[in-house]
Amino acid sequence: MANTSTHVAHDADHDHKPHGLKRWLFTTNHKDIGTMYLVFALLMFFVGGAMALVIRLELFSPGVQFVDPGFYNQMLTMHALIMIFGAVMPAFVGLANWMIPLQIGAPDMALPRMNNFSFWILPFAFTLLMATLFLPGGGPAGGWTMYPPLSLQGGDSFALMIFAIHLMGASSIMGAINVIVTIMNMRAPGMTLLKLPLFCWTWLITAYLLIAVMPVLAGAVTMLLTDHFLLTSFFNPAGGGDPVMFQHIFWFFGHPEVYILILPAFGIVSEIIPTFSRKPLFGYDAMVYATASIAFLSFVVWAHHMFTVGMPLAGQLFFMLSTMLIAVPTGVKVFNWTTTMWRGSLSFEPPMLFAIAFLFLFTIGGFSGLMLAIAPADFQYHDTYFVVAHFHYVLVPGAVFAIMAGVYYWLPKWTGHMYDMKLAKWHFWLSTISVNVLFFPQHFLGLAGMPRRIVDYNTQFTDWNVVSSIGGFVFGFSQLLFVWIIWKSARSGAKATAEVWDAQPSGLEWTVPSPAPYHTFDKAPEVR
Amino acid sequence: MSAAKIAAVLAGVLGSASAYAYENSYNMPVGVTPISREVHGLHMLIFWICVIIAVFVFGAMIYSIWKFRKSKGAVPDKTLTHSTKVEVVWTVIPVLILVSMAVPATRTLIKIEDTRDAELSIKVTGYQWMWHYDYLGQDIGFYSRMATPSNVARQLRSGIDPNTVENYLLEVDNRLVVPVDTKVRVLITANDVIHSWWVPQFAVKKDAIPGFVNEAWFKAEKVGVYPGQCTELCGRDHAFMPIVVEVVSKEDFAKWLADRKAATQQAQAAPAAEPAAPVEAAAQTPATAAATAPAATTVSLQNTQLAAPVAAKL
Repeated sequence: MANTSTHVAHDADHDHKPHGLKRWLFTTNHKDIGTMYLVFALLMFFVGGAMALVIRLELFSPGVQFVDPGFYNQMLTMHALIMIFGAVMPAFVGLANWMIPLQIGAPDMALPRMNNFSFWILPFAFTLLMATLFLPGGGPAGGWTMYPPLSLQGGDSFALMIFAIHLMGASSIMGAINVIVTIMNMRAPGMTLLKLPLFCWTWLITAYLLIAVMPVLAGAVTMLLTDHFLLTSFFNPAGGGDPVMFQHIFWFFGHPEVYILILPAFGIVSEIIPTFSRKPLFGYDAMVYATASIAFLSFVVWAHHMFTVGMPLAGQLFFMLSTMLIAVPTGVKVFNWTTTMWRGSLSFEPPMLFAIAFLFLFTIGGFSGLMLAIAPADFQYHDTYFVVAHFHYVLVPGAVFAIMAGVYYWLPKWTGHMYDMKLAKWHFWLSTISVNVLFFPQHFLGLAGMPRRIVDYNTQFTDWNVVSSIGGFVFGFSQLLFVWIIWKSARSGAKATAEVWDAQPSGLEWTVPSPAPYHTFDKAPEVR
Repeated sequence: MSAAKIAAVLAGVLGSASAYAYENSYNMPVGVTPISREVHGLHMLIFWICVIIAVFVFGAMIYSIWKFRKSKGAVPDKTLTHSTKVEVVWTVIPVLILVSMAVPATRTLIKIEDTRDAELSIKVTGYQWMWHYDYLGQDIGFYSRMATPSNVARQLRSGIDPNTVENYLLEVDNRLVVPVDTKVRVLITANDVIHSWWVPQFAVKKDAIPGFVNEAWFKAEKVGVYPGQCTELCGRDHAFMPIVVEVVSKEDFAKWLADRKAATQQAQAAPAAEPAAPVEAAAQTPATAAATAPAATTVSLQNTQLAAPVAAKL
């Protein structure tokens, strides 16, 4: 049968699809599901961003002017949960859904019905989570890390938050299984593992991380749940439980999670930099091995998040040294990207601009990460704005910029239209400048002594907070441009060619027309 | 000893230093202990190493962006795709740099963890949202809460400009008083949720965890007042449980200790309510709080449940 693709076996028209709501509710098409993931992620990016602006508004000046301290804590907790589980992770899954089948020459994801399920769990999960804000007592306010005993003091929101996390975890695991099965089984003939595009490689490794650690998170929050409702004492010291044990379990999930949020970003950047340097990625094999090393190391560094809990000296030394070691494969990646540009022929389309900003700013986040690894110095940095600056540098101009780079890179492939390059460059410059105005001063605040997660501060910290808040508002509102550019490109614009970029990008995704037809690679392509 | 005399002594010890602050507004403090200086040195060492690496890496990136532009007619060198030699080089060199960082870091860490031979031990207990200090073996203990002017100004839409409040959010009713040039060991725990006791100028930050007793130490070499704050999210008023350590000369400390002991004994000997009031009013130091009941009015039912067995365990 020539048409192996779908539910309508005799359908000759490959672009046939159901219309209206049903198309989106029941779809098993990787492109539709990818689109839904991306739109959902964008929506959550704005919800989480609005919460960040509440935080920056309150911190604009000393004193408590706008929100109650309890509500402030809800905002910082929800901001983190929504940005991590609602924006960055679904955005990567969306990109995986769209691009992995196109990059490996597969007609769809391996498990399309599960694919639909894993997406449609998310709106329910986040409805549960956000509904907590309207409960008596409000949303969770103990930080996204949910450290007991504080989190056990949570009110009605507690159970809803945990069920929401269970659902997000289930969704992530299903997404990860799908990625692994697809990449392992559905590559076009001739595409050996060491010919996989790097985006697929980094996602493959990320998927294994997800499967390894999401159950650990589920276990940790379930124990919290039983401590709260069934009077167990896993973590409750009043019953002989151990609150530090929660931190160990949480960060055993949490540190690999950090790489879940960045490895696919590495993959995207590894696609874009070679394209606009017009030469192949330097050190492909080294990049694959470096990614695998980072993933492996991510399991043995977790306690660097908790140097201050009072570990034995040997423990501190082990976690300090293992953490420093991560700088090696990460450095290899940065050097390889730089060498990819070396003796290339560079042009600066929006995806390349975002990728280059990623390269610079992620590296700054890497430097502060190295500083944080040094345990004696971490006693000073820990839980201050220095940490906030560090992880926002790796997550915003790191992960988020890479996602934006990916969107600008593949958007014409999805919509069939080129987007407004001039506006996209405006978006780039506004974002890049404001993100630094937003986060760079936070290094100073933290070093000088401002703890994180505080609603109010001593007047000594006013100046840098004002600067940071101004950066925050400019950054936040600049993102409206991003939506406008995508919207416009979806509706109209110059017709994109199959190759989209005159830089002649390599990869199977550029062999199908733009927009990519509803069904692609019904017949597997040959890869030399 | 009369309340007035206590007030006078305390005013002499506590009242003199009025405005104080964190050491600067943009970098880690050098601080006033041997460890804090070492940690600052380590911080600056690693910072400068990072700057040097950044100069090379960013330099190569900027050079590439400037030199190999398509608009300037750059032709890509498509043969430059891999080199085992350079991969090995840029793996080995970072390892060497890391070793050069790890050695001093390990040395400092070992010193930080050496809590032996302390001359004074103080138990620090975190509560939502205040600290309690016990001078072990001295029979002195008191709560330390954010001072009233800050507490009034920090209320939602209080209408008070924080700039008009001295040491906004960083002043307490009872400071922790310690002698200069003395190795002070702090035993840190908590009674409800996790807190963290941080004094930047001592480079001491240790979590206060219910059911655990953590150790840290410092040896302040300069008389003065050093602020700090709770650094582990501990609920609604996490931002409002400052730490203020006052380092005094050894003589002043002995005097303070004696007066404090006398005040405590007096308060304990007399019927609870009456003599406590003047002492509190005069010295603005509710020394009796320790002897009577925890003053926290905000502790929830759940916290009290937690608190009892933990206290027993400790």
